[in-house]
Amino acid sequence: MLSYIGRRLMWAIPTLIFVSFISFVIIQLPPGDFVTAYAAQLRNSGDYITEAQEAALRAEWGLNDPLLVQYWRWISNIIFYGDFGRSLEWNSAVSDLIWERLGLTLAISTLSMVFTWLIAIPVGVYSATRQYSVFDYVFTVFGFLGKGVPDFLLALILMWMTFVWLNMDVGGLVSPQFEGQPWDLAKFGNMLTHIWIPLLVLATGGAAGLIRVMRANMLDELRKPYVETAYAQGFGERTVVWRYPVRVALNPFISTVGWALPALFSGDVITAVVLNLPTTGPLLLQALKMQDMYLAGSFILILSVFTVIGTVLSDILLALSDPRIRFS
Amino acid sequence: MTDLQILPPQSFTPQAPPLAPKEQFNADATYTAKPWTLIWWRFRKHKLAVVSLAFMAILGFLALFADFMSPYTPNTISRLNTFAPPNVVRIFHEGQLHRPFIYPMKRARDIETARVIYQEDRGKVLPIRFFVAGETYNLLGLVETNIHFFGIDDRRQQINLLGTESLGRDLFSRLLYGARVTLSAGLIGVAFSFVLGLALGAISGYYGGWLDSMIQRLMEFIRSIPTIPLWMGLAAALPIAWDPLFVYVLITIILSLIGWTHLARVVRGRFLSLKSEDYVLAARLAGASEYRIVTRHMLPAMTSYIIAAVTLAIPEMILGETALSFLGLGLRPPVVSWGVLLQDAQNLRTISLAPWLLAPGVAVILVVLAFNFIGDGLRDAADPYGQ
Repeated sequence: MLSYIGRRLMWAIPTLIFVSFISFVIIQLPPGDFVTAYAAQLRNSGDYITEAQEAALRAEWGLNDPLLVQYWRWISNIIFYGDFGRSLEWNSAVSDLIWERLGLTLAISTLSMVFTWLIAIPVGVYSATRQYSVFDYVFTVFGFLGKGVPDFLLALILMWMTFVWLNMDVGGLVSPQFEGQPWDLAKFGNMLTHIWIPLLVLATGGAAGLIRVMRANMLDELRKPYVETAYAQGFGERTVVWRYPVRVALNPFISTVGWALPALFSGDVITAVVLNLPTTGPLLLQALKMQDMYLAGSFILILSVFTVIGTVLSDILLALSDPRIRFS
Repeated sequence: MTDLQILPPQSFTPQAPPLAPKEQFNADATYTAKPWTLIWWRFRKHKLAVVSLAFMAILGFLALFADFMSPYTPNTISRLNTFAPPNVVRIFHEGQLHRPFIYPMKRARDIETARVIYQEDRGKVLPIRFFVAGETYNLLGLVETNIHFFGIDDRRQQINLLGTESLGRDLFSRLLYGARVTLSAGLIGVAFSFVLGLALGAISGYYGGWLDSMIQRLMEFIRSIPTIPLWMGLAAALPIAWDPLFVYVLITIILSLIGWTHLARVVRGRFLSLKSEDYVLAARLAGASEYRIVTRHMLPAMTSYIIAAVTLAIPEMILGETALSFLGLGLRPPVVSWGVLLQDAQNLRTISLAPWLLAPGVAVILVVLAFNFIGDGLRDAADPYGQ
């Protein structure tokens, strides 16, 4: 087991170096550099710097150095000082901006993931054990619809319907009158009337696909002889189904649980933008639109690092739950 | 030996079980039919897939001849017709059957809110005519003409099957033109990812070894990053000033950079299972080159699987394009795509004022569902010899 984990971690190191380099390249992709953007920003506020000053700044910040040197400076600052650089647009440290919004992002994503699983697993099991029943068809239709309807469209439609029928504007995390107020019971209650939409949208979107996966896995497992053996031993249906095939059918869930980590961090970007939620997603979008590349690149770097960690985590979990994997 | 001779000869030839004549015919046909005929027979059983295929064929036709099928051009601004609701096509006028027609819309203002409202004028009938003269356009870029498939004969009034948007442009026409861009973006994106996926999947499955594990790691990694942020990152790096057509091509490439992994996985899996087939070994023993073995012996055996996988990849591309353009990172306004059209529907006030602006969203849903059904049908039909 230890050697397996060791091997997985060994794989993670080159991957991490690779992804950090890719992120840096993405930062460098747009034409111009930090100084060009800085000068443009100064011009917008009525100030200006001369060509010579620009050149001096470039020399001071080492922007004329080869790409690899610049990359090393960027990555070493991150590793040794946790300094992701500055966001030009917000004029503050990138890490501050991200941590500020991370709490809500994590809360919404975790909750919606829990809901997704709470819906998907029982429904998938039900659909498989009662194949071709009325509810199986209902859930199948639901699954296809969930696959076809983009999340942001569902969010838009829900928002529109609550606006027309309940005359409520559910965009944002709280209603405008609560914005900037300290947290109290009234504000919390107001938040609850807003937060159900992103949760519903994200949970149904995720559950639609997972129900299909769970159902297919369960159908494969239910046909295996060990299930029949268990019935022959005289166990009730509930015991048989939940104790054996469900555990095996959950394997693909475990192997993708690690991927939820980067998804948790980014939240669902488009849904958050549509619903105007103060999570990390809209921040990333804004950064990308303004070509605030240090902020955007750091985002992509953090996402990628989470991805690598997540993959290692789910591999370890898989190995724990399935001995065949760790001995192969 | 003697034992064998005692046995009656007929016991050696297996007797066919008695079958009804019709089944007999079917069974014979099944034995002699070509693989593609078999695939088509199996595909036909999936009713939803057949309906979806017909739907996509019609939509493809509409998109290809968008300039002929739409009554107006996508950028015709009509200032006195902003946010007009969809016209209802009717066939009964004052209780009498009539050829398809619409009632003209009367523009008025709400006295309280001063908002523009439209009312049907039930007194007058505007019959829908076919092959009417309208704005000139180049049919498929070849023939200059001004004949549109349908329209109405009226200077003041317009026929807006799906209403109009903030500049009074006809949403139905824009939807058809947008279908061109959105569908072709999906197809081109899939074509790119097809090339990538086939090449890398084939290398990884055929050669195996360290190359295989490198490619596997790469695929795993790409698959696990949330696609939208990655797409956004790449799309945002494209300068705004570039030519829209160039941006369009680049966006499709970006979409396919991530989409190829699924296809590569299917191809790799097929290669792994075909590699050990006897006929491949036979070809190798006969001295066929590697290139010949791959292209002549292995690829034809997986064509149907690849087609199914490609079909299932198209909706992903379409959703990706829509999402990027919706966020303002993909295609930009002079280009008309469904994502660009949906940008108008971002605002809650606008939607409550003009819910028909969500029509491109409905179109996206229908197309994505249709491709999913077709893909499902093809996947079931891909192996016509299986059970």
